[in-house]
Amino acid sequence: MRRLSIAEALREGIAEEMRRDPSVFCLGEDIAVPGGWGGAFTVTLGLEEEFPDRMLNTPIAELGFFGAAVGAAVAGMRPIADVQYGDFLFLAMDQIVNNAAKLRYMSGGTVSVPLVMRAPVGATGRGSQHAQSMERYFTGVPGMKVVAVSNAYDAKGVLKSAVRDDNPVLIFEHKLLYGSKGARTEPGAVDATSEVPDEDYTVPLHRAAVRREGSQVTILAWLLMAHLASQAAERLSAEGIEAEVIDVRSLSPIDYETIGASVRKTGRVVLVEEGPRSGGVSAEIAAGLMEHCGNDLLAPVVRVASPDVPVPFTPVLEEAYRPDVARIVEGVRRVLRD
Amino acid sequence: MPQLTETADWPTPLKPGAYEDSFLLGLYERMVTIREFEDGVKFLFLEGSMPGTIHQCQGQEATAVGVCSALREDDFITSTFRGHGHALAKGLTVESLLFELFGASTGCCKGKGGSMHVGDMSKGMVPGIAIVGGGIPLAAGMALAYKMRKEPRVVACFFGDGAVAEGAFHEGVNLAAIWDLPVIFACENNLYGASTRVDLVMRNARIAERAATYGIRAETVDGNDVLAVHEATLAAAADCRAGKGPVLLELLTYRRTGHSRRDACHYQPQDEREAWARRDPIERLGARLIEAGAADAARLQEIRREVQAHFQRAVEEARRQPMPAPGDIADDVLA
Repeated sequence: MRRLSIAEALREGIAEEMRRDPSVFCLGEDIAVPGGWGGAFTVTLGLEEEFPDRMLNTPIAELGFFGAAVGAAVAGMRPIADVQYGDFLFLAMDQIVNNAAKLRYMSGGTVSVPLVMRAPVGATGRGSQHAQSMERYFTGVPGMKVVAVSNAYDAKGVLKSAVRDDNPVLIFEHKLLYGSKGARTEPGAVDATSEVPDEDYTVPLHRAAVRREGSQVTILAWLLMAHLASQAAERLSAEGIEAEVIDVRSLSPIDYETIGASVRKTGRVVLVEEGPRSGGVSAEIAAGLMEHCGNDLLAPVVRVASPDVPVPFTPVLEEAYRPDVARIVEGVRRVLRD
Repeated sequence: MPQLTETADWPTPLKPGAYEDSFLLGLYERMVTIREFEDGVKFLFLEGSMPGTIHQCQGQEATAVGVCSALREDDFITSTFRGHGHALAKGLTVESLLFELFGASTGCCKGKGGSMHVGDMSKGMVPGIAIVGGGIPLAAGMALAYKMRKEPRVVACFFGDGAVAEGAFHEGVNLAAIWDLPVIFACENNLYGASTRVDLVMRNARIAERAATYGIRAETVDGNDVLAVHEATLAAAADCRAGKGPVLLELLTYRRTGHSRRDACHYQPQDEREAWARRDPIERLGARLIEAGAADAARLQEIRREVQAHFQRAVEEARRQPMPAPGDIADDVLA
């Protein structure tokens, strides 16, 4: 089977969905300039050649083009809106939260908003405003689904499920996992390529994925942290500690079935999140664990997250900001001591 | 401050034969329906029958009816709050609207929308978007869908003068302009955003002049003259359907009631209120109908009585409508 990067897998997924369904189209900044970038991370590179009328380059107007995407979805299209950096979702917040997520409910179920939104996140040497982990701002919004993809197979399958879903779906992608080539390569990138079948397939939007089986502790992570959690588990395995690694993947709704089964087996949980500790997704999951499987916990949950500061620029501070393998290993040791 | 000069020749005489009498009486009846609905709702609200809050449109009936009467059934409108008139003009029934305001499960949004979010997709109205500029890019997106599918539909996007200061106005109008989208931006300039007069928050309060910035056509229309609004909208819709891109209509009108419940409008100068009261859109059309011989005063009075009786019947029905069950709360969140 072929190995693809996330950027390649997303591009292939978008093209296949556009061929399958004429109501699918893309809009965003710099996504369809011949000779241009194909979006900030090459995901839509060259698609304007095959779909000249369905790859819409927008002005720098996030509120405007997200609003237009919501309107097009309301009118029966299936738009894929591409924001250059997740941080810019704040500019489109009104359209995403007040319109996309609420129109179905406010209308008594008569309006559908089959909208896909794609947003790159993660600290990558860009300072504070092109680096945030945006998941926390959306997982508590009723009326939409939030997914985070960490390998090429998932990225393509999730994208296809999202396009076919009748709800607004926000897909988070990590800048260090795209696998973009040439000038667009990110320093410090992690290999997130994976085998991608030729035939059509989808990945469900509501399921977590067990990445590594283990019996003593469950590590819950997503995006880049899912990769670092697996690396931490390998290191711990060498010491005889077997950690189960779950890529939470679906951040809203959260798959407590898969997570709960693991917790019943291990009794111990380490949550790993790239964003700041306070008010983050791991805080929500920690509370959810108490509600769903609190009696199965043998020790208090341990969280490994970034400190409550904006993302710093200088490499030495960025490194201190983002959880790494050593901090995850330390978190596992802590939960095993209790 | 945008002012219409007091028209000496008011009411403007009807061009003989330009319209069927039945069409003109239809406009009249629809405006009276909106006025009676709003006055009736205000009473119900003040007597405590109706929950929530209300934003009413007495005095602005000609903008809603003038625009919607120039649209086809499968054209769409978007609305911000103050949308009861838009809904009735686009064809929602008095009943489905009133039931919604009572919070009944038989309302147009099953009681989940309320006054600020009335709408009905089957009638061509998106539920009201109560963030004042929020509907502007959304309307552009709907028009984008029609254009991509080569459907000859237009979207009329209602918003007020207050929305023009929001980024959504600039971004949405610009998108519609660059993509030549079939959108009629129907700005109801009623001179007040909540209690703030338009000239306190705009250096250039002539909103139509902004169209030049985006390279689109615009005109300022007497928004209390239903036929002027109707004709301007017909021309705008024709431009849209011909692929000439969006049109901005600045409909000059006046909000006769407070911004929302219990606002007595003390900030509106008395002489200004009186001047606009003399421009009442319903009385103006009525006078023209009588002058042109399309109806007599008795016929107009009869229409009003029929509308009032209909509204009272609807109120009695509304009081008997089923409320949603608390257990239904999580329905319709996700598809």
